[in-house]
Amino acid sequence: MYPPRFDYLAPASVEEVIEALGEGGGDAKVMAGGQSLIPVLKLRIASVGTIVDLNRVEGLDEIGEEDGRLRIGALVRHVQADRSPLLTKRYALLGATARLVADPLVRNRGTVCGSLAHADPQGDWGSALLAARASAVVRGPEGERTVPVEELALGPFMTTLAPDEVITEVRVPDPGPRASGTYLKLERKVGDFATAAVGVQVSLDNGHVGEVGIGLTGVGATNLRAKAAEDSLRGAEPTDDAIRLAAELAADAAEPQADHRGSVDYKRNVVRVFCERGLRTAISAAQAGEEGRS
Amino acid sequence: MTQLESPSATAGLHRLEVTVNGAAREASVEARLLLVHFLRQELGLTGTHVGCDTTSCGACAVLVDGVPVKSCTMLAVQAQGAEITTVEGLAQGGQLHPIQQAFHEEHGLQCGFCTPGMMLTSVAFLKENPRPTDEEIRFALSGQICRCTGYQNIVKAVQSAAATLEEA
Repeated sequence: MYPPRFDYLAPASVEEVIEALGEGGGDAKVMAGGQSLIPVLKLRIASVGTIVDLNRVEGLDEIGEEDGRLRIGALVRHVQADRSPLLTKRYALLGATARLVADPLVRNRGTVCGSLAHADPQGDWGSALLAARASAVVRGPEGERTVPVEELALGPFMTTLAPDEVITEVRVPDPGPRASGTYLKLERKVGDFATAAVGVQVSLDNGHVGEVGIGLTGVGATNLRAKAAEDSLRGAEPTDDAIRLAAELAADAAEPQADHRGSVDYKRNVVRVFCERGLRTAISAAQAGEEGRS
Repeated sequence: MTQLESPSATAGLHRLEVTVNGAAREASVEARLLLVHFLRQELGLTGTHVGCDTTSCGACAVLVDGVPVKSCTMLAVQAQGAEITTVEGLAQGGQLHPIQQAFHEEHGLQCGFCTPGMMLTSVAFLKENPRPTDEEIRFALSGQICRCTGYQNIVKAVQSAAATLEEA
């Protein structure tokens, strides 16, 4: 399959990328890893006038911690996130997500920020980054703005990004030393989209739950944040009952559609079970961190 | 087989300079030309197979600067300046690469369609992890689909190649 014809530019700076996007007048599209864009072009689900390839821009492929937050550049591939020693413990949610995106070959090309910008409700990074309370750093002709991930997706493959804006990095706040998280995904086979997946992050404060984030994949028009579930757990003692209640509330927040991957009830149940499991894993890992410190 | 549209001479062409299996290659290509088609049609390197053509099966895997990627999901122009290894680049001086020898000896293939991709991914994987467990091999190859072997002999072949490479 050939994609339809398009022009191709590979600028060397973010400024030139923005300029090229502006000249494209809404018909230009940024490409980072291309692991979603190239397939949709080949299948002729989408077409573009110009592809603006980010890959020749220097300095976007870094992942690091700075000023109490984690920064993931626009060209950081899933494989890089998977292998980063930073994405363990406090950022374990992100490390677990990186390992479960697509398949190993796709992970060698696809990027964290590209997945976020693609806004596929079945994308893994969207919900992991929701749970992690991340923000996207967005550059456009007017300069830079920081957009909480929660304000990014409008619907399937639709975002609040202007056509001449590009995500240059994702910033994840440091959840603190007594925090952990994980990502659980049900897929029929490697590389398939999630039947449902749940990302959780928990920080502990004197034995109680401090901050908690829960993101849901594949069970709505966008990646969803299970707010009621988060609220029920925040400040609570992490008892079995509290965890179970949060998992029930997360399942209630899911808005799945029946398809070949499962029925509505089935997917909701997967959310409930994965949320409960994920919370238990995250809480015990965070408790281990808490004990390790005292 | 799919009838390919012939590239238009009037469309914007891009200069492409790559090293393929150690040899410098140059071409003018359309932006939409996929790497796999460049390799197969422009260079005649038909060892790289088109399987699913939808980023699922990994039959088209090649090494780009040593990293296995699905060449049906990369534009040829993106490979500008890169070093590409295809299955044709594995054997040296008439000698099979240890991974090829191992696939041969362990019956790591039946129809052979997935084999080039399986071998190239394995070569890159064994460089990073010279003494893998079976589980690690299965994980590394989980982006690739074989419909004949049941994977058992592929895993054996990778283990056998690992042993050979370690002795070398």
